[in-house]
Formats: sequence, structure tokens, C-alpha cells
Amino acid sequence: MKYIDEFRDGDKARHIARLIHQQVRGGRSYRLMEFCGGHTHAIFRDGLVDLLPQEIELIHGPGCPVCVLPMARLDMAIELAQNPQVILCTYGDMLRVPASGGTSLLKVRAEGGDVRMVYSPLDVLALARDNPERQVVFFAIGFETTTPPTALVLRQADQLGFTNLSIFCNHVLTPAAMHAILSDDGPRHLDGFIGPAHVSTVIGSQAYQVFPEQYKKPVVIAGFEPLDVLQAILLLVRQLNAGRAEVENEFTRAVTPQGNLKARQLMDEVFTLRDRFEWRGLGSLPRSALRVRPELAHLDAEERFTFSAGQSRENKACECPAVLRGLKRPSECPLFGNPCSPENPLGSCMVSSEGACAAYYSYGRNRTQEQRLARG
Amino acid sequence: MATLDIKKGRVEMIHGSGGRASQDLLEQLFLPLLDNPWLNQRNDQAVFDLPPGRVVMATDGHVVSPLFFPGGDIGSLAVHGTLNDLAMAGARPCYLSAGFILEEGFPLADLHRLVASMAEAARKAGTPIVTGDTKVVEKGKGDGVFITTSGVGVVPEGCRLSGDQARPGDAILVSGSIGDHGVTLLSLRESLGFETEICSDSQALHRLVEVMLEVSPGLRGLRDPTRGGLATCLNELAQQSGVGMQIDERQLPVRETVRAACEFLGLDPLYSANEGKLVAICPAKEAPALLQAMRGHPQGEEAAIIGQVTRDPQNLVQMQTRLGGQRIIDWLQGDQLPRIC
Repeated sequence: MKYIDEFRDGDKARHIARLIHQQVRGGRSYRLMEFCGGHTHAIFRDGLVDLLPQEIELIHGPGCPVCVLPMARLDMAIELAQNPQVILCTYGDMLRVPASGGTSLLKVRAEGGDVRMVYSPLDVLALARDNPERQVVFFAIGFETTTPPTALVLRQADQLGFTNLSIFCNHVLTPAAMHAILSDDGPRHLDGFIGPAHVSTVIGSQAYQVFPEQYKKPVVIAGFEPLDVLQAILLLVRQLNAGRAEVENEFTRAVTPQGNLKARQLMDEVFTLRDRFEWRGLGSLPRSALRVRPELAHLDAEERFTFSAGQSRENKACECPAVLRGLKRPSECPLFGNPCSPENPLGSCMVSSEGACAAYYSYGRNRTQEQRLARG
Repeated sequence: MATLDIKKGRVEMIHGSGGRASQDLLEQLFLPLLDNPWLNQRNDQAVFDLPPGRVVMATDGHVVSPLFFPGGDIGSLAVHGTLNDLAMAGARPCYLSAGFILEEGFPLADLHRLVASMAEAARKAGTPIVTGDTKVVEKGKGDGVFITTSGVGVVPEGCRLSGDQARPGDAILVSGSIGDHGVTLLSLRESLGFETEICSDSQALHRLVEVMLEVSPGLRGLRDPTRGGLATCLNELAQQSGVGMQIDERQLPVRETVRAACEFLGLDPLYSANEGKLVAICPAKEAPALLQAMRGHPQGEEAAIIGQVTRDPQNLVQMQTRLGGQRIIDWLQGDQLPRIC
């Protein structure tokens, strides 16, 4: 467990926390957004807020793949799963996300739909090979981390000449979401970002250079271990105290300036930018998502299948959109805890362990409102 | 009588018909392996005497996949599952029954192997399988074999263990490393394709319980943290007793390999199943002696005091993290893994 234990060392964590306490200046706040759900999860799992001074406020960002997918896209996947010809494959987190009318992929499966959970998209190739009489569709979701594996499936499916496999592509781009948050930075302004871990291994640290330049906001890329997160907070506090806004890379053991060039090239080969894509919470964002290239249209589920243009019915009281923008805390949603809970999620942020609402509920629902507001 | 081809033969529909073929299966496979006077009488039931004390009964169905795994198989698991349910009441297990649902086409060699394993587990525990039943379902209607076992045992005079008796201030102990069984099963799933050195902890715990009862007369309750893992088990106990619980992450015994596999798969050992571990709640003053006794027993060598019972109207289980932070340990949400026991 080398490379993991050393980033979870209690003594070192308390040492960094002491440095943060020494550095923060009373009378000002440090509003830091951790973009990734992975960071949100780590912060709650390790109880990091208890180690931080009151001045640090952690705001949970939209980097949770299932959280930002709008219901209309999930409804399309539900429609695919209801097609008796189709085997719909996706990641486990997606199965319980509520769709229009209170249904979900799990419920569709119980009603006879063939929905399979996969750990790796490459399993989809085997499913297509073993079920030549069926149409296998991979419901692909996620940021740049999960995009290269989908790209690999597309390339292999093309090379092997599969005619019964297609990708329902919903891959989205991190920088586009960061732009959206910063360009609409309202009363609860942000002071800086704890930058993505795994996403950055693919897109590289250079991809964030625009944020200090255009918005004067520092970004510190951090790994998902508790010491990574604490170190990133310390670096952000130092930048803010010094009036600097730079990209710093705390996660040098995995992230390079250019990222993973091979993966990026593979993505370019099989995907193209969409003009616009609807995000839950962030609205319709230009050049913020990928779709399968026209040359590979035979592997694009959006080309292979026709979809009914039904109206998606979101729960009107659900505050997921405001939570995803960092404008509201999960506990400020009227549905939080009752009736919306991980057992009975009404909004997407309550489903995945990376969702802010689920993390709040599962790890910290006993904290008082004051504690929550004061300590993240 | 037709001779069964145990090496190459397969389960056929007629083996469940109740006729001659059923008898062949009983006489040539089950009886020689499970061999005991009650079964050998060949009645449809077993008649026996029980030692004095209150009688405990438990039943447990097993649908694990895969059927064979490092550290056990569905046969031994089915025996240990019911034995441990009896033991958690403080009982000395006395007799077991077993019901088999076999799928047409299931290899007789595999059936022989897992019944032999059941016989061995029952023999080691000193608890004979005295009656049983076998049914066969058409190919495609089962998954090889499902086994349900039931058991009866006797609780010694004065022993009143129950999950609703935890009191604020009580100590919480666990008998050894957590998560082994669930992670072992997951590592075998063909779709994951990695192997680890870990093996299931499937084992009978009644002898450990016997020792525990001797040293801790005030023992409140025991539970084996099977499906849902330690986290779910503690939540059940907290709710039943109307208390809270506070545990310390640094005290949790977790094997290195289990931790590594959990990291890799994004799982939490707290929610991973165990099949040979127990959680004990006892008055704080009895905890040191209880811990010592547990550690002196082969089934409790890695036992640890992991926390204490608290007063909490919300009945939350909370944990101090290794970094000194605090968080809730919630009930298992959804299904971490399918069909692990």
C-alpha cells in the first residue's frame, strides 16, 4: 500500500493542517471549490473539515459525472433500455439515478429491460461478441477520465467490424464547466479551485492556465488522498495571501503539463466537439461535450436509434442545479434528508458517492446547520 | 439400483422425482458423506433429544456465486452460516438440516465435492446434518445449486444475548480482520479478472462464543457482520438498542490485501461481507478480559476493541478517522456486490 498510506499519514496531515491554521488571515474567508466529486468524497470520508480553520470554506463543485447529466439524456438511455433488441451497459452509479416519472435504469431492468453494469467499457466488446443477435449499447458518461476507455472501445469496435455495438456518448469536458462557474460568479464568489486529479492526468496542468489569466483565480491540481487535498488547500491559501493567481500542480506524481498525449490523440481520433450540450445545473454550454465522429456514425447510438422527443420532468423542488453551481449547500435543499436520501434519491446529487448531497447525508448529516455553514 | 457416475455424471430431473433415482442419489452420494445415525435411518425427519436449556432455531439460504472460492465453498458456507446464527444467541449448536435446490445438468463431481465439504464442516463443528431434502429444477432455472440450512441449538441457563441490550458506555469488539469474504468473492468475478492472496474467512464461531461467555458474564449481544459488512451490523445494533456508536478507524483490523483490493475497486472494507467474524458488545469493565480471551482463541487472534456505545437519539454510528476527523458510518446503500453468500 505504498503510495497510498504515505498520503494518509495522520501526523503529516495534522502538520499540514497546523500550517494552514498559521497561514490563514482572520477576518477574511477562503472560498475554495473542489471541482471533483472524488475530492468531495475524500473530504467527507476522512473528516478533513474537522482539521481546517473556520476561515476555509469548501464548496463542492460539479465534477460528479452522474450528477451533471441532464434528465433528458437519461430518459434517452431509458428508452434504449426499454427496446427489447438492446442490451444497455453502463457504470453502476448510473443505475439508480432518477429519470422522468420516477423511473430509473434499475426499475427498467426489474420490468424486463436488459441493463448490465460494467466495470470496464472493454467488457462491452465481449458482450457484443457473445450476443450477435442483440444490439449492445454502451451508455458512456463522465469527464476526461472515463473518455479514453470509451475511445478505445470505439476504435476496437471499428477495427473488428462490429455491427451490433454502439456508443451513446455523454462525455463532457471539465474546463468548459469551470468557465461556466467562473463566468457567472455571483454573490457567493469563489477564491480558487482545488483542481481535478484523474481528469488532469489526461488533459494536463496546462489546460487550466486560462483560469488565472482570464479570471484571476488560482488552481491547484490535487490527488484524491487526504494529504493531497490538505496540501492543495495550503498552496491555495498561500497564493491568495500573496495575491497570486497561478496553476500549481500538487499531483506531480501523476499529472504532467501536457497530460496523457496518447489518450488525447485517441480521443481526437474518435470524438468531435458538440456545438452545445445541456448540463444539469449549468445549463447549455458551448463546446462542452463530445460526440462520436461522423466517420464512425455506424457506432453512434444517436445515429442508429431514433428517440421520441418526450418532455423530461425534473422534480421542481430539487436544488441539485444550485448545489452543482456551488450556490447552495445540500442541506439548504427542502428535499434534503426527507424525502430525498441515498435510499430514495430524488435528485442526481444524492445518488453517487461522489455527489455532494450523498456525501453530506452519508457522512455528515448530524452536523448542525451552523457547523455546516462555518466549516464546509 | 443404478450406479451413479460421480466422476462424469450430471444431475438429471429424475434425481428430484422422489423415485428410485432420488434414492440412488441419497444412498450413493449424500448418506456416505454425511453419515450419521439420524440420516441413516432414512426417515423424512429426524427425532432427537436436546440438552436442557432454551432452544434456539435459525435458518439461512445460500446462493453464492461462484460456488467454490479460496477459503471455502457453498457447502461449508451453508454450514457455517447457520451455525453462526445460532452461536450469536450464545447457543451450543446441536443439529442441522439441509435443503438443496439443484439445477439439471449440475456435475455430480461438484455436488460430491461440496457435500463432502459440508460434511467436514459439520463434523468439525460437532453438529450433524440429521435431515434434508433435494429438489431438481430445469436447466436455466437455477444456478448450479442453492442450499438452505436450518439448525437448532441450546442456550445455557441465564444467557440472554440480544442485539437490543447495548448501553451507553459499553465496549464494541470485533473478532478479527474485516471484509475478507466479500473482497475474495469479488476478486473472483470473471469480469474483474484479478487475483489476490486473500481468502474467505468462512468459519464456525460457536467455540469462540463459548469462551467469551465464560469470561464476560455481562456480555450484552453478538452479531456476525455478514452482508452489508461491519457498518451495517453496527447500525442494526445501534437502532435495535436505541443508542449511538463511536468507533476508531485506527483500531479496525483490515488485512493489507483487502485494503489494496478495496482501493483498486473503490470499495469500503466496512461494507464488505464477513462469514467468520463477530461483533460483541459488553460492559466496558469486562472488555479487557474479553479481548484477552478472544485473542487466546484461534478464531479471535486478531480481535480488537474498536469503539464504544454512546447516547444518541439519532442512533448514528460515527467514526473518528485516522486523520482525527469525524464522520458518520451509514447503512449500506444499494448493493455493493451481488450474491456473496
